[in-house]
Parts: sequence; structure tokens; C-alpha cells
Amino acid sequence: MRRLLKALLAGLFAVSLLLGGSALAQELAETLRGTLRDAAGEPVEGVAVTVARDGSQVGRDISDGQGVWEVALPGPGDYTVTLDEETLPEGVGLRNPDGATLDAVTVRPGQQRTVIFPLGEGGSSAPRVLRQLAQLAVEGVKLGVIIAITAIGLSLVFGTTRLINFAHGELVTLGATFAFLFNASAAGPRLQLIPAAALSVALGGVVGAGLDRGLWRPLRTRGTGLIQMFIISIGLSLLLRHLILILFGSRARPYADYTLQQALQLGPVALTPRDLVVIVLSFVVLGGVGLLLQRTRVGKAMRAVADNRDLAESSGIDVERVVLTVWILGGALAALGGVFFGLVEVITWDMGFNLLLLMFAGVILGGLGTAFGAMVGSLLVGLVAQLSTAYFPVELRNAWALAVLIVVLLLRPQGILGQPQRIG
Amino acid sequence: MDFSAIFADGARAAVGVEATVYALAAIGLNVHFGYTGLLNFGHVGFMLVGAYGPAIVVAQYGGPLWLGVLIGLACAVVLALVLGLPTLRLRADYLAITTIAAAEILRLIYRSNYARPVTNGVFGLQQFADAFYALSPIPPGSYGLGRLSFSARGLWIVLVGWALVALSALLVFALMRSPWGRVQRSIREDEDAARSLGKNVFGYKLQSLVLGGVVGAVGGIVLAFANQAVTPDSYNPVVTFFAYTVLILGGAGRVLGPVVGSVIFWFLVAGTDSFLRQAIGTGLVPPGLLAAPEVGAVRFALVGLGLMLLMAFRPEGLFGDRREMLLDAR
Repeated sequence: MRRLLKALLAGLFAVSLLLGGSALAQELAETLRGTLRDAAGEPVEGVAVTVARDGSQVGRDISDGQGVWEVALPGPGDYTVTLDEETLPEGVGLRNPDGATLDAVTVRPGQQRTVIFPLGEGGSSAPRVLRQLAQLAVEGVKLGVIIAITAIGLSLVFGTTRLINFAHGELVTLGATFAFLFNASAAGPRLQLIPAAALSVALGGVVGAGLDRGLWRPLRTRGTGLIQMFIISIGLSLLLRHLILILFGSRARPYADYTLQQALQLGPVALTPRDLVVIVLSFVVLGGVGLLLQRTRVGKAMRAVADNRDLAESSGIDVERVVLTVWILGGALAALGGVFFGLVEVITWDMGFNLLLLMFAGVILGGLGTAFGAMVGSLLVGLVAQLSTAYFPVELRNAWALAVLIVVLLLRPQGILGQPQRIG
Repeated sequence: MDFSAIFADGARAAVGVEATVYALAAIGLNVHFGYTGLLNFGHVGFMLVGAYGPAIVVAQYGGPLWLGVLIGLACAVVLALVLGLPTLRLRADYLAITTIAAAEILRLIYRSNYARPVTNGVFGLQQFADAFYALSPIPPGSYGLGRLSFSARGLWIVLVGWALVALSALLVFALMRSPWGRVQRSIREDEDAARSLGKNVFGYKLQSLVLGGVVGAVGGIVLAFANQAVTPDSYNPVVTFFAYTVLILGGAGRVLGPVVGSVIFWFLVAGTDSFLRQAIGTGLVPPGLLAAPEVGAVRFALVGLGLMLLMAFRPEGLFGDRREMLLDAR
């Protein structure tokens, strides 16, 4: 009986959809429309837009005070939409110089289709290319510093224990999701993002320490081989990543604060205050880590262990203690990088894994095991990835970064700052 | 709780097409990792180029299927050469990262809009293996008992898959008994020693990479035929990790290790899936804790845990020889 009812309801629903759909199609005629706005988001008035089909003009409209134009169409089909560049006001131009005419704009029956003409500042094309490159370079630095922050831990852990930690990406994701839990999750305390991030960074350090004490140190004392440990870290990565997937869900989610911001125009570059703060803070953190490594006792000990573990141990350094410190530092930095990445992009369950290969690229580019190498290499990876989008498809951005990794391995396998040593 | 159903689901997967695909992939990896000691973490790249060979030739250019298969295998050879020439001189850990990067680059290129005219981008290609199923001598119908049954098409691909597994295993068995195989094993044990005896270590490594890559590509082709579809994103790095789990479970450096590993792996994975679904269905696991769509994620998490435990406590796998697996990064 219930089944029958369900089937009936489903049938009714389908019929109503069909009827409703056709009624709508008859009511609304097809139109093409759009809103013209300049780079600052202000509407642009008085621009002529022409719509043609098969070479003959169908309609023409001038954008109004809100920058809106609309042309009614004789029916569905393919149309050519042209923006009259002569009518653009002074200082406003098409962002794509060849984009004045859009061919084969398909309009379905009943559709009111929106056509977008991206407008920017007018002028010759040379400065525009430079401006685009400048913008991409800043984006590249933004990506690069975030990779650098996360990659320091990866590089230091390798330097001190020779472990290639494939689960390092999950430390990044954990950092981002912890901050999400404190900041935006319905189950969390809904803290402001800054204290939430601080808590998450502290937790990241705790997780790092826990992993060293609970997993890697026992394995080291058992004498587990390095390749075995590498494969164990892959297993750990799979385990953590999918636990995060179960708990966090597969949807990409943003933080509750600093999401919608108006971009600031800094010379040729547009940057939201959020991104600016992330970049500045990242440089401060990187500088701080540099000072820590160069000037403090524990930093020197880290470098000594990375340089030669046995010599360091025989000169009285407590190697296990240094390794623990490295894990705490690496975990905390990974969490911070995760929060930054979640802030400038979005939080997903596999964000750390997607960053991992870029981290590896940065770490190897700079020279495995050195923190400064990781910083330089990561910046380079970020720059290459973003600048490649000026000439190549965006979707291949990570492919370019990885290609740089392979090229560097061929030409200078020890990395940019690495000591020449036998690696083959 | 219906344990016979769980058992049947597990057994079905253990003899099914996934088991043959991963057995082939792991046999290829076994040549790389088990015998030569190459830490190839881009194995899925070989499966990808193999699978796309027939898909592109048939679905995009209307060519014959056998040509597509040949092109797929040739692509695997080319990939092994392109990958191996620059990277085989690197230390094991560098090789691992480089190969995984190369496989990711391949996947990104195959899924890009740029390659759309050839690979059809993220949507992949479908319905290209009709010629393969037309060859099937099995009359239509259902074969087997209850839950443990295959359609005629399913049975055909499973039989072909296992035949290929047997052939590959036989090939590896013969090769590894030969002087060539002994050199490969000596490279795994001590590269410098092999070199000092006048062996061209680089050449041997490259041959191993090509051979294992081709076997991996055969696995990719079987998978593509079974699904009648290829999409780039199903060839992600996790496939390689699964293949490693299969290999290590069965025992690396053993001819039948990957085969046994694959059977047990898929029995456990499918059995656990079935168990969890039933447990959720009957309310044994509260829905707040775990919902049916999350069973897939639990599967991956458990594989990860299994890989960790195996590597920590029994790196030689169930049937391996500990002396064959004294691995270290050199």
C-alpha cells in the first residue's frame, strides 16, 4: 500500500514538473543580459551591446545606471554578442582584448542567459601583462610561504631521523580542521579565528609529540628499516586522512571569520587584507624559525643532529630530545600552515595530501634536511605554480611545480642549498 | 547479522576482477620492489597509460582494440624509459618521491581540458571494449551459486584476468630463476657489490622498470575492460598504496606473494565493507557514529592501519621470507 502511494506521488511529481516546465517556457521569452562593472566593481553606464544571429542584428541595448543591459530574443538558438569598445568610458577596457565579441552563445528555450564581459582598466597590453605577472607573483609568494611553513617540519624530521614522513600532509589538515572545530563548527565553542588558530597550533604540536613518542620512537628503538618506516607513514597517512573524512565530511568548508573581504589595490596588485596578513605573518614566522635555528641552543642542536647524528650524540646532545622538539615544532608549524591555507582557500579533508607533493617538491628543491632550503625551495615552487597559470591552463599548475622538482633532481639532485653528497 | 552473506561478498571479491587487477599491479610492483628493490611509488601511472591506450584508440579514433592494447603497452614501455633514465640513479627515497610526482603529473595532464580532444578530460572514455566481449565464448546466463555468481560478461573478464595473472606469475617465476633474476636480486641486496662484479646496474634496473611497468599496464587494461570506462581520477596515488599493501601482505620477493596477497586483501576489504553495511543496517553501529556513505572511507582507513601493522610487525608478509626483506634505504 505504502509502495503504491509512493509510486503515485512520484508520478504526480514528475507530471507536475513537466507541466510546470512547459508553462514556464511559454511565459518567459528568451533574453540575453548582463551587468557591466569596472575593476572597482562600479557599474559602467552607456556602453552599447549588440546581439546578432547568423550575421543579422537581433537587438541592441545601452547599459543603464546600474550597468545593466538586456536584449530580448526571437527564440532559442546560437547568438553572437558584441560589446562596442568605442562606447566604453575613458580608462575602462576589456580585460581580455579579444573578448569584445562572444561567438556561439547558446540560449536554451525559456532561458534568460547572462553574458559577462570582464572589464578592467584600459590601456595598452604591455602593462597589463606586467600587472598580471605581478599579481600572479604575489599569489605565488602567498602559496609559497604557506608551503614553506608546512615543509619546515617535513624537512627537519627528515634531517634528524632520515624518515620521509608521508603523513605530514595530514598534520596540515588536522591543523585546519582543529581550527574549524573551534571556530565554525556547530559542535565547537565558536571561538574567534585567532584564538582558535592558536589553540589548533598548540594541538598540532601535541599531535607531533604524540606521533614521535607513540609511534616513531618505538619503531626506531626496534630498529625498523627506513623504507619500512616510509611505508608505515603512508599507512598512517591513509588512516588519518580517512578518519578526518569520516569526522569532517567530504564538503569543502570555510572559516567563520574573514571570509568576504574587499580587495585592496596596492600598486599593480589587488590583495585582500586577509591574504596580506597571511603573507606578512608567514614571513614573520619563517624569520622566527630561522632565528631559532641560528641563534638558540636547541636550534643549533637540531642543525647538528641533521648534519651528523652520531657526532652530535657523541658531543653530548640528547638526540631523542632534539627529535621530539623537531616533531613538536614541525607539528605546530604544519597546523599553522593548515589554518593559513584553509583561510586563503578553503578547508577540505584532503587539502594536506594535495599540498604534500608540493611540500616534497619544495623540500627537495631546496635540499632535503635543511630548513632554509625548504623555505627557499617552497617559495620557488609556489611561484612556479602560480606563474605557470599566466601561460598554461590553471589545472596544470601543480603539474608544473612537480615538473620543476624532476628537473632539479636531474640537474642538481642535492637541491639548491643542499650539500653535495652521494644520493645516487 | 548474516555471516554467510558477508563471507559470500568477501569470496566474490577475492576471485573477482578487482583481485585480478591488483594481483597484476602487485606482480609488476614485485618485479620493481620485491626483486630489484626499486621504490616505485608511481605504479598507478603505468596502469593509467595502459588503460588509456585501448580507450583512446577505440573510443576517440575508432581503431581496432588489439592496436589499442598494443599502444597501451607501448606507452608503459615509453613511460618506464622516460621515468627511469633520469631517476634510476637517485637514492631510493628520492626515487619514491619522483615517481609519485611523475604519476600525478600524468593524471593531471590526462584530466586537463587541454588534453580533452584526446582523453576527454575529467569525464574519461566509455564503451570501448565491445570487441573484447564479442570474443567471449561463454553463452549468456548466470554462473555460480546465489550471491557468488557472475554474469557471462563478468565471468569472461574474470577468467581472462586470472589467465593473465597466471601468465605473468609464470613469467616472473621463470625470469627470477634465470641469471638475469639473480642479478636483479643482487642489486636489491647490494648495488655496489653488483656493480663491482661488472654488472650494468643501471641497465638492469631499467629493464626491471620496463617489465614491471608493462605488467602494471596489463592490470590497468583489465580494469578498463571490466568497467568499460576510464576516468583519470580513478588512477590516483591511493591505487599504488593499495598495490603495495597487497604486495606486502602476500610477501614481496615471492612469485605467488602478490597473487595470494590480492585474494586475501579483497576478501578482507569486501568482507569488512559488507559487515559494516550490515552492522549499520541492523543498528548495531549507531547511525550517529557511522553512516552508510562513510563505509568507503572506513575501508581506506582500515587499509592504512593494516599497512602500518604489517610493516611494523611482519614486513615479510604472510608468506614472505624475512631474509628477502631486509630493506634499507641505500
